[in-house]
Amino acid sequence: MKRVYVNEKWCLGCHLCEYNCAFAQTGKEDMALALKGKQIHPNIRVEDGDNIHFAVNCRHCDEPLCVKSCITGALSRDENGVITIDKEHCIHCYTCILSCPYGAIVPSEEGAIQKCELCIKTTQGTPRCVAGCPNNAIVFEER
Amino acid sequence: MGIAYIYPPYEVVRNKDRCIGCRVCERQCANEVHHYSEEAGCMMADESKCVNCHRCVSLCPTRALKIVKTDHTFKENANWSGKAIQEIYRQASTGGVLLSSMGNPEPYPIYFDKILLNASQVTNPSIDPLREPMETRVFLGKKPKQIKRDKNGNILPQNTPHLELSMPVMFSAMSYGSISYNAHESLARAARELGIYYNTGEGGLHEDFYQYGANTIVQVASGRFGVHSDYLDTAAAIEIKMGQGAKPGIGGHLPGTKIVGDVSRTRMIPEGSDAISPAPHHDIYSIEDLRQLVYSLKEATNYEKPVIVKIAAVHNVSAIASGIARSGADIIAIDGYRGGTGAAPTRIRDNVGIPIELALASVDKRLRDEGIRDDVSIVVGGSIRSSADVFKAIALGADCCYIGTAALLALGCHLCRSCHEGKCNWGIATQRPDLVKRLNPDIGYKRLVNMLTAWNHEIKEMMGGMGINSIESLKGNRLMLRGIGMTEKELEILGIKHAGE
Repeated sequence: MKRVYVNEKWCLGCHLCEYNCAFAQTGKEDMALALKGKQIHPNIRVEDGDNIHFAVNCRHCDEPLCVKSCITGALSRDENGVITIDKEHCIHCYTCILSCPYGAIVPSEEGAIQKCELCIKTTQGTPRCVAGCPNNAIVFEER
Repeated sequence: MGIAYIYPPYEVVRNKDRCIGCRVCERQCANEVHHYSEEAGCMMADESKCVNCHRCVSLCPTRALKIVKTDHTFKENANWSGKAIQEIYRQASTGGVLLSSMGNPEPYPIYFDKILLNASQVTNPSIDPLREPMETRVFLGKKPKQIKRDKNGNILPQNTPHLELSMPVMFSAMSYGSISYNAHESLARAARELGIYYNTGEGGLHEDFYQYGANTIVQVASGRFGVHSDYLDTAAAIEIKMGQGAKPGIGGHLPGTKIVGDVSRTRMIPEGSDAISPAPHHDIYSIEDLRQLVYSLKEATNYEKPVIVKIAAVHNVSAIASGIARSGADIIAIDGYRGGTGAAPTRIRDNVGIPIELALASVDKRLRDEGIRDDVSIVVGGSIRSSADVFKAIALGADCCYIGTAALLALGCHLCRSCHEGKCNWGIATQRPDLVKRLNPDIGYKRLVNMLTAWNHEIKEMMGGMGINSIESLKGNRLMLRGIGMTEKELEILGIKHAGE
């Protein structure tokens, strides 16, 4: 399956992916309208070291610990391999958050949890973090 | 801090309704113009540091930023411009030679913009390049004057070494050191994909780029940096740099701070030592001396590679070119006064040299008059800005054009002319690793390929419109050119008629 991969060599640490992700989540047309004055909660986060930057989001593991640990079946792996959250079924036990080795799942402001779903519920195409990366550091490809 | 004599030339305008405080501008500005103020709860800018490179503007996701020229003004004075006054202030505070980058920006005439092209109507059919074959391939090097045959009538090959290009454009010399590793990789990969050549400049050839040797012109300049046998053997051609359009008569100086790691190894000089290219070649004081170097290089490479001699366009350029043609060089490269540079003394850049259009026309005429035009190819550079400039240069007698600034623009350069500060926000004219990585060659080389592919289409369109289907038929074809708004003398030098004639 196509996944989001990050090439650390080209990541500039500009954090645009975080804002593009937050923008995608709002479903709005204008980024300024969508994000002005808001605290953002992106599903991709750039980790910065001294001279190193690396964006981290859900790896969409073939054997996902989060799905295994989910006690209500709210997290599932769809036919394409994308791990999605059904917020209706989530009971906020946060076991998935504890079990994800990448720290890619976080509590959501709207209740339940939030994680990268490869924009299948939002932009329906190339994930917004990939489309907006200025240096091709984030790619969406089959590996 | 004392008295601030110089008011910042640009203002950063931030649309507060659109700014979402993502701080991309802050993270991307190597000049540290932007910062987030916790106290004010918004982004602030110190425009005195702004060089107007547009990195922040280009990356701002909500288009909240723009840079405008300040309307702060001196009392109007047609003689003492604000620029002239500020340069005095700057020199009064530093005592130094003013430095500038990229090409001469002063408002001298641009002859390319005063030349118009012809097109076919009624009596000679134009050609549709999308339906009929069009040839933009060129060969650079000495051309045989006559065909020789053996006693059976078969043509005897008498090929001198040539460069074959898919279109009449090459990337001009920009050294590794003056531009970044990633900029070099972009140029090298684009040259290979396009079937043209790029030029190492006087910085040696990084070991990673030997694989692009078949598309590489290596330079031998007055400092001889990075020159060794593998360097010469790898290349497709060797260029002896006598001068550069941006700073004729002046050498180069890459400060020791930039001679680090790979740059030091590639130039074959110790880390931290200044790389000083002398103004003259210390072994060349005459055409005879030049001939010795041309033949030394030919001898060293088994007479398999054409040798280019590059000069700046100066007052007696046609006489100099005539000498070069007789020195054994295969190609003469002429660089006009608009040519770019990573650093030059401002007074030299803005006041020395002549326009490439005039230099080209007079060199072509002189070599034809002397019957030695076919002994050399002519390559011209020094602000070729578009396919139309390439086209006009070919019609004025050039075989091919060098582009430097245009190539850097394709890579993202915004002509802020601050290369000499070494903090290029676009990852081009810098060696700072965090800035160099901003230019991903995967993106860069494609942009170069796109630009030149577009130019090639345009050249074919213009040729087709004239009913010409081969670039060879355009070469020196001044009948296809007309001048507009020029004096008799200018038209005479260019060898073209006025529009309407």
